[in-house]
Amino acid sequence: MVTKAEKIGWSVDDMARNAAMDIPNGSYVNLGIGMPELVASHVPEGREVIYHTENGLLGMGPAPAEGQEDPELINAGKKHVTAIPGACYFHHADSFTMIRGNHIDFCVLGAFQVSEKGDLANWSTGAPGAIPAVGGAMDLVAGDIKIFVISRHTTKEGEPKIVKECTYPLTGRRVVDTIYTDLATIDVKEEGLFVRELAPGVTFDYVQERTEAKLHQYT
Amino acid sequence: MINKIVASPAEAVAEIFDGAVVMISGFGEAGSPIELIHALIDQGAKDLTVISNNTGSGHVGLAALIAHRRVRKMICSFPRTANSKVFPELYKNGEIELELVPQGTLAERIRSGGAGIPAFYTPTSVGTPLAEGKEIREFDGQTYVMERTIRADFSLVKCKAADRYGNLVYSKTARNFGPIMCMGAETTIVQAKKIVELGELDPEAVVTPGIFVSKVVEVSNPAEESKLVAEDRRYPW
Repeated sequence: MVTKAEKIGWSVDDMARNAAMDIPNGSYVNLGIGMPELVASHVPEGREVIYHTENGLLGMGPAPAEGQEDPELINAGKKHVTAIPGACYFHHADSFTMIRGNHIDFCVLGAFQVSEKGDLANWSTGAPGAIPAVGGAMDLVAGDIKIFVISRHTTKEGEPKIVKECTYPLTGRRVVDTIYTDLATIDVKEEGLFVRELAPGVTFDYVQERTEAKLHQYT
Repeated sequence: MINKIVASPAEAVAEIFDGAVVMISGFGEAGSPIELIHALIDQGAKDLTVISNNTGSGHVGLAALIAHRRVRKMICSFPRTANSKVFPELYKNGEIELELVPQGTLAERIRSGGAGIPAFYTPTSVGTPLAEGKEIREFDGQTYVMERTIRADFSLVKCKAADRYGNLVYSKTARNFGPIMCMGAETTIVQAKKIVELGELDPEAVVTPGIFVSKVVEVSNPAEESKLVAEDRRYPW
């Protein structure tokens, strides 16, 4: 049963918009699979942002019209996409040079857990018998690219996802810059986690109760 | 006269031997040389180590090669996809080895192999389970993990057009691992949708210089893996 209390906070589109607002004009951006893909729909009018997909395309456009799909034009999630005028294709070593050489400006990813130090776990739950698969996640977070995480504040079971220490296998240590959840936007700083914005009707204490790590307020 | 063109996929893969290390291009179905893989299944080489980003879909292409128990070990970044059934099953039963590599590290291990570099340092995977047991070193206050290069005996690659010197151009995001895998093997075998006359490929636009390519075979109407998977086709048919 969905109670009123569970409906509180930002929608997924609101979260994507919050992240999109923090991406300046002229940025090169890599979007992870799933919720992060929504960010592309919320970039404000007048900002030109170029999307990178690590399978070899800079200038990724939206999904093609039905019947226009090309099996050789896909994104990292293996979904059909388009290429904008001015796009370019390249091989995997060049693509990951853009990532590992810090040429990409922003990356938006999903998360299983984020720690108070900005450690990220988003590739494996470590469950026995699971097939491990990492893709490009560890490469994306390892350098100086600004890492935005978009995630529900808690799991479906209500467990905190923003924790003191990640219990799932790490993708990278001290890598997350900002967390965009349905309850708050939270900056990861040397001194800890700082709540920058609260969703309408949500209090700081309400967010803290649903967060294992200690939160701070900007003064 | 230099002529790297061979008549058939069967001829192209004839010399692949048991125990060989084989790189296979592609990211999902995009760029996967499905006809060369099927020829390799027919040819029979086994005990292979295969380096490819994924492990194939359904029961065709790379998934079929694995299903026929020709692959001892997979080196890849993402061994499961929406329609991958074969690898997960064998892996859960302990019947195939897996070396999981971050995608950029995989690309660089292949590229550096082609460039004659034995190992390199990267920050990717530092502090994670994938760095365990590897040499760690600091440069300028940053921590890096040492990764060893990979070289292959053979690469199987798909491209859009080739000439008899082995110059190649690709199609969109089907390029992915193709160019670096061409550089990274003793013998590089390419299936091209079209073979063109020398001079037809614009020298300014050639992506893979022919020096990296050993054999080229024309497959003018390559199968679409996703369609075969949707029809639940199984190789050999």
